[in-house]
Amino acid sequence: MDRIYLDHAATTPVRPEVVEAMCAALAEVSGNPSSQHAWGREARMRLEEARERLAAVLGATRREVYFTSGGTVSDNLAVLGRWRAVRRRTGSAAAVVYSAIEHKAVIGAAAAAGREGAELVVLGVDGDGRVQPESLEEALPARPAVVSVMWGNNEVGTLQPVEALATRCREAGVVFHTDAVQALGKVPVRVDRVPVDLLTVTAHKVGGPKGIGALYVRKGVEIEPLAHGGGQEHGVHPGTENVAGAIAFALAAELAERERESEAARLAALRDRLEGLLLERVPGLIVNGGGAERLPHILNVSLEGADQEAMLVSLDLEGVAVTSGSACQSGTVEPSHVLVAMGRGSSTEASIRFSVGRTTTEAEIEAAAERFVRVAERVRAAS
Amino acid sequence: MTVLVAMSGGVDSSLAAALLVEQGHRVIGATMKTFCYSEVDGPKNTCCGLEGIMDARAVCDRLGIPHYVFDMEEAFTRDVIDDFVAEYAAGRTPNPCVRCNSNTKIPDLLRKGRMLGAEAIATGHYARMRVRADGTHELLRGVDRSKDQSYFLWGVPRDVARYLLFPVGELTKAEVRERARALGLSTADKPESQEICFVPTNDYTDFLAQRLGPDHPALSPGRMVTASGEVVGEHRGYARYTVGQRKGLGGGFGRPLYVLGVRPKTNEVVVGEASELDRTGVELGDLNWLAEPPAVGETVEVQVRYRARAVPAVVEAVEDDTVRLRLETPQRAVTPGQSGVIYRGEVLVGGGRIR
Repeated sequence: MDRIYLDHAATTPVRPEVVEAMCAALAEVSGNPSSQHAWGREARMRLEEARERLAAVLGATRREVYFTSGGTVSDNLAVLGRWRAVRRRTGSAAAVVYSAIEHKAVIGAAAAAGREGAELVVLGVDGDGRVQPESLEEALPARPAVVSVMWGNNEVGTLQPVEALATRCREAGVVFHTDAVQALGKVPVRVDRVPVDLLTVTAHKVGGPKGIGALYVRKGVEIEPLAHGGGQEHGVHPGTENVAGAIAFALAAELAERERESEAARLAALRDRLEGLLLERVPGLIVNGGGAERLPHILNVSLEGADQEAMLVSLDLEGVAVTSGSACQSGTVEPSHVLVAMGRGSSTEASIRFSVGRTTTEAEIEAAAERFVRVAERVRAAS
Repeated sequence: MTVLVAMSGGVDSSLAAALLVEQGHRVIGATMKTFCYSEVDGPKNTCCGLEGIMDARAVCDRLGIPHYVFDMEEAFTRDVIDDFVAEYAAGRTPNPCVRCNSNTKIPDLLRKGRMLGAEAIATGHYARMRVRADGTHELLRGVDRSKDQSYFLWGVPRDVARYLLFPVGELTKAEVRERARALGLSTADKPESQEICFVPTNDYTDFLAQRLGPDHPALSPGRMVTASGEVVGEHRGYARYTVGQRKGLGGGFGRPLYVLGVRPKTNEVVVGEASELDRTGVELGDLNWLAEPPAVGETVEVQVRYRARAVPAVVEAVEDDTVRLRLETPQRAVTPGQSGVIYRGEVLVGGGRIR
């Protein structure tokens, strides 16, 4: 049976052009960008060129883009690193504000700040998973160290009112961070249009390799590093730079941005087709976040009266790669904090996230819907 | 056919999966997560520990079959742990592995299996299934009598048992290890787990104290008395004593004394001499039958502990929820709460909890 990969929000296949560019970079660039000799200069030049290109995609300047090892590290720098910088400067423990549907990287980093004394303020969401801009008002007068609200949610896809939130924070003089890991290449993500101060992106969600990400830090915003060592990346994320990864990331981001409008429309059509097929053929199916504006590639559905584990396992056995919530170390499925925040996620229903991507075809959507319908019937009958 | 195999991460269930793959079945490995590991301190090498999940996963990777973890923490807590605690609090000595197989692990595995489209489920127990000429199923003791685990399976509902496969039941433990080694399974030489999986420290009284509170009567001092009512000392909480126990009674009695029973209502532990431990009658409740139930007057064999020999017994009475047996030779330490398992030769007939 042919396998169907509908988990592009987890990670994407690396694009052939990117593989080629990365392999070439690995072969050509052997120096350490920090070295003073010719090899070092060469590597540094290539690294800075990649930085320039990624900055251009984001509407940032070269000096505001820091390469990291991925989204989790960028989120930690933006939340915990930001909070620590404020504490060091002011000597007092400011608050950290974030939404209830943030990625675990933000929630985990906020919790770490909490253990160091930060007050944590969680912004709730409505039934479709949207943060209400007004909910921010109460938190702003206390001058939090950072407000973190993601651009588009990774589980249900809801787009957040980032522009309104960022604008409000800017007016209040509060630093605003957004995790744009899922949004990059799907919707316009430009720091010259939306007044965010910190922004997380990562390569492997846009056809780049794993292990390379970036944090945009608006000029003048202080961040404390989490790791210490050499002064690479202006001390924000020290360690010998992943030059080939940075080159690959820059290319993947450029390609994603260049194709964004047409690809987003294509993905949305595929997603809508899948959604339509499932709604038509699976009784009682609920589309989570269906009432909100969503990222084009994510579809999250709930199925009352179906066993969560059995649905996921059955779909895997049928060759359909999907996911649900987040898996813990043992591999069991925990209830999704996103769905719980939306007032959903009951233990008697199964929730499944489909995410389409560059390689997804119409035929795959039809086949996946077919298999899903069959599995749902069997699992519901035995649940 | 498609078979869902319960894999603990031990060698027996590892080989069970491997044998099914060899036989050409479509095999799916499953590990049941029974409690939250982060809440348990101490060694993690028990059958249900996180390490077990990792080991089972490694074996499945090696065999090229999928492996999944099923969370049954809620059911396990309700059906096994809560029962374990309640039984001790009531002065009985529970058998959590029986309870787990009967109520939780095996029925749940079948339920999941049905959802996944599996036609059979398998475990690494040393036991055998035989299909008789009339199409009915019989559960038999494992070929390796020193490892036979049919004792733990008496409570499996009959309509569940017919879907069970025991791929290692025809082998000895030594053969299992040898074949696992030959197949390069990483669990081939893994030591056996002995303790109760949710009490990795092996100190069940400590566990009871956490669940019941340290001041619960079951863990509070009381009188130690003889059968005739003579007070001979003080005990440290009746849940710490089980029938036949000699150690931990304190000394100075001038003769070896054994626990004969406990009386939760009066918080007394009854002690006496070895000869007073012998019983000729056994009464079983919470019955389950995997074969034709025993008839009054029939001579069957009954096994009152996992490590005891099955002994001949005459069925004196059979009611809906009670069976009374008369033992031909007296048995020592027939313990309320433990399983009394009835056999006809190799065939597991069923059993109940000893009253």
